[in-house]
This record gives sequence, structure tokens and C-alpha cells, in this order.
Amino acid sequence: MLEPDKIRKIERIAWDLRADVVKMIGVGKAGHLGGSCSLAEIVAALYFEKMHFDPKALGDPNRDRFILSKGHSVLIQYAALIELGVIPREELGKVKTLAGKLQGHPDMMTPGMEAVTGSLGQGLSIGVGMALALRLAKSSSRVYVIMGDGELAEGQLWEAAMAASRYGLDSITGILDRNQIQATGPTKEIFEIPDIPEKWRAFGWNVLSVNGHDVGAILKALDEAAAKKGAPTLIVAETIKGKGVSFAENLAAFHNAAMTQEQYDKALAEIEAAGRKVQ
Amino acid sequence: MTSPNLRSAYGASLVRLGKKDSRVVALEADLGKSTQSVMFQAEFPDRYFQMGIAEQNMASTAAGFALAGMIPFIHSFAVFTAGRDYDQLRNSICIPNLPVRICGSSAGLSDFGDGKTHQGVEDAALMRALPNMTVLCPADSIEVEKMMDCLLDWKGPVYIRINRNDLPFVYPPEEPYHIGKVTMLREGNNAAIFASGIMVSKALEAATTLESEGISARVLDVGTLKPLDRDTVIRYSSGVEAIVTAEEHSVIGGLGSAVVEALRCVAHAPVEFVGIADSFGLSAENYGDLLAHFGLTSEAISKAVKTILRGRKK
Repeated sequence: MLEPDKIRKIERIAWDLRADVVKMIGVGKAGHLGGSCSLAEIVAALYFEKMHFDPKALGDPNRDRFILSKGHSVLIQYAALIELGVIPREELGKVKTLAGKLQGHPDMMTPGMEAVTGSLGQGLSIGVGMALALRLAKSSSRVYVIMGDGELAEGQLWEAAMAASRYGLDSITGILDRNQIQATGPTKEIFEIPDIPEKWRAFGWNVLSVNGHDVGAILKALDEAAAKKGAPTLIVAETIKGKGVSFAENLAAFHNAAMTQEQYDKALAEIEAAGRKVQ
Repeated sequence: MTSPNLRSAYGASLVRLGKKDSRVVALEADLGKSTQSVMFQAEFPDRYFQMGIAEQNMASTAAGFALAGMIPFIHSFAVFTAGRDYDQLRNSICIPNLPVRICGSSAGLSDFGDGKTHQGVEDAALMRALPNMTVLCPADSIEVEKMMDCLLDWKGPVYIRINRNDLPFVYPPEEPYHIGKVTMLREGNNAAIFASGIMVSKALEAATTLESEGISARVLDVGTLKPLDRDTVIRYSSGVEAIVTAEEHSVIGGLGSAVVEALRCVAHAPVEFVGIADSFGLSAENYGDLLAHFGLTSEAISKAVKTILRGRKK
């Protein structure tokens, strides 16, 4: 596929995933809209282009691993796995219900999940263990770990950052969803963490920065990360929380909020219109 | 010849498992000499991972190893492997029920000099409360070896409390073993003493003393605190007039609690706990003095038995 076609395909998928996120949340029920929508292009680029991942061979030891350390944004991962046929589409209406298999945070009871995450700060450590085990097995699998910028306050992430660099785990690509909003407000007001790229560099990481909604830039950064030898790479993805839903963009209120029927209709209409524009 | 030292027996067993199965890896948080995981490092440097003094990362890293098909053993003092990384054990390991083996070394008061911060007196309670977690507390180095030999095939996470010191041999070497086993080490009809860890040898001493006073006490080694073999505990509790539990642990949430939980809904004799009375440890010049300070002695066990029996006769 030619590069522009490939990019358009992923962009379209990203909008489809956003629409499914909105459908999973539904009307009158709280759901993590903001942090799921900020990740749509990144998740689409990984699952539909870059990751070695066969939906029909979930146990393939040489698959690439996707770990959502910011587990509350799991709706966007569910959307990708539904699109890939790993999770049956009928589960979409049963998120966070006793009748369904889609938990509020990543859980191994859901097909396609690689780890239990959501207690923040643990995903990168899990990725370190996987990468070390894959190295022992002489596997060339890559490990992708998605973190949130609010999550960076968790000390364990920095322990894991040191360990990944101590062991030169170049199979790890960390992706930071830098949407600048955490649960109760803007990161710069709640708990500002200055000099994020410099900090990761000081911890021994290769650091790249991209616009997290620019699919071409994401693909290029993922290639660069994979080419880097001897050190893990962090891609700082500048994103918009709630991207694509005008009334939710850049608002902490939609970190985990319920939509009215009117908001729900508007969200879907905006997302579908944006998706059509990609054609 | 097996060393009477539980840490040495642990390290040697880990090497044995490593030889048998290439899925075994060891992770350490800079206490490898104390935990004796260094024995594994010497034999398998490529499968030994020094994680630095960062127990939380070590625990979740072990989850990653297990998710990739390995059997990771993580090491530190009991107070740290059960406490510092509790949330990581809970979420990264126990929810997905991963085969991570957690070595809680220098458990109980056995690190006698280091005091409260380094003495794990509530670790078994924490670990027992975690769904999916198996909790082991060996009485001597023979039981350490036998337990370790069960850990390649056992499903789900396991926490094993390892005493820092040499302990008297109490476990019959030829006895077949499985996780969950409650072993009668001495028969008796008047009292049942359920003990774990170092308190097993003290329970056996107490039973000898009691016999000289005309009281016949059976001694049960409860090496597996969870899952507790409830039927066996009920069986061994029947027909006696006194039940005593003895553990080097807080009386809240450990062996005593587990035995009483098992005996609920059945008629049973009065139960007394010998254990640490809801307090932290202390620094002491030697282990024996510290155990005595907290009432973890054979005399305390016999006294508990006699107190119940006297009460019954009134």
C-alpha cells in the first residue's frame, strides 16, 4: 500500500474506533471518553499497521505486546480488538456489566488483553519483564507500553524506566499520551512535571516527540524507535484529551463522565463527519 | 546433607529447580546474600536479574516474565516483598493468577537486630487476604526443600515465608509432600497444637514437657497457611479438650485466624493463640531473647494448653 493510502486507512480506522468508544459509553453512564479519544490514532497505527499481531493467533509467542499502563483508557483498545474480530461485536453493548466480558480496566478475562493494568504505574514494569523474557527466548517481538502524563507521578514508572535502560531494552517502545489533563484538572495545575523529555533522556532513554494525531508522524516515530539499538525509546505524543468530540476536548470533566442523549448524538455525528472527511 | 539453615536450603532448592526447568528466573532487590538467591546467580547468571532496591518494579516485572511463560521467583525480606509491593502483587500478579513465586525472607522476628522496620510480623495476614495467593510457612529446611519441589507445577502465585536462621529438623525426610498438607508430627489425645515455622519445634518441645505432666498433646505442622486443608484441621481438632495455635506472626490474620476460620460451624474445644499480640517487633541482641520477649516459647505453648484444660475442669 502506498504511504498516503496507508495513512488514510489508519485515520479512517481511528475515527471508527472513536465512534465505538462513544457507543460503548452510551447515554447516562460514566465512561473514560477523554483519554480513550486522545489515543485513537496511536492505537490504530499500532494494531492496524505496526504491530506483529495476528487476531487468529493470540497465543503466538512472537506477537508484539500492547500494554495499556493507563488502563482506564481501555475502551479504545476494546474498540480495536472488536474491529479486529478478537472481541465479539455484541460485547460492545455490555461494557462494565455482569453480562459482559469487558471490564472497567484491562483484565485477562477479556480476549486479547496482555496484562492487568489500571492501578497506575505498573505497565512499564510489566513490559520490562516481558522484554527480558523475550530476549531470553531470542524473540524479536516488540513491547509497546502506553502511559499517561498524569500517571508519570507514580514512582514505579521511574523505577521501571531505570530498569529498562539498565538492561538496554531496545525492544520497548513507551508512548506517552501527553494530553495535559488528568482526572481532576490540567496536569500543570494538579501536579506539574516539568522537562519530561529531558527526564527520560537522563534516565537513559531515546526520546522522540510527535503530534499524537498525525498518523504519518506516528508511523515514522514507531519506525525510528524500532531501529534504535541499545536503549528503549519513549515517544512523547502530544494529544488532545477528548479529541474529536467538541464539547469534551481538553476538559477534565470528560476524563470519566456520562453523556446526555443530546451529547451522545452530537459526539457520534461529529466523529462520523470527521471520518467521512478522510476519504 | 541438608543444611539446617532455611535460607541455604531455599537457595539450593532454587538452583535445583533452575536445573530442572529453564523457565525458572530469579529477581533480586539487592538482598541476594540475605535471601541466598545469589546461589542461583552463580549457577545461572543469564537468568538472574538484579532489579536494584525497587521492590514494586521487581514485582510487576515478575508479572511480565510470567505473562511471557516464565516462572519468576522474586526476593526480599518478608516485610518488603509482602508490604512494599502489595498493590503490585494484588494487581499485576494475583488478579491474572500468574505463577510468580514470592520469597519473603527473614520473616517474622528472625532478623532480630534490625527491629520493627525489617521484621515481617503481619505478612502472612496480608498475603492470605489476597485472592489466588498460596501462602507457605516451612518449619525447617527439609520442608523448604519439599515445598520448593512443588513450585514448578503449582498454579498461581505463591508466597513463601523463610526464616533467617538455622532451625531444628522436625520434618520427616521420607514423608511424601504436597502443598496444603497438614502433617501430624506427634500424636496425642488431650490437646491439639497447630504450629507453623519456628513454632513447630517449640510445639514439639511443649508436647514433651506436657507429657511429663500427664497431658498428651498432638502436634500438627501447618506448612500451608492458604489454601488451608479445612477437613484435616477439623479432623485433628476433634476429640481433644484444648486447641492451641503457635506462630511467629501477629495473632491477627495468620495461622490462628486460619484455624479458627476452618473450625467455624463445627463444635470444637476452646482455642488459644500463641503469637505476637498485635504489635511490631523490636531490636534484640539475639533471636532467642526476642522470641521470649514476645512470648513465642515452648513454655507459652504448654501454658496455653494447661490454661484451657484447667478452665474445662472447673
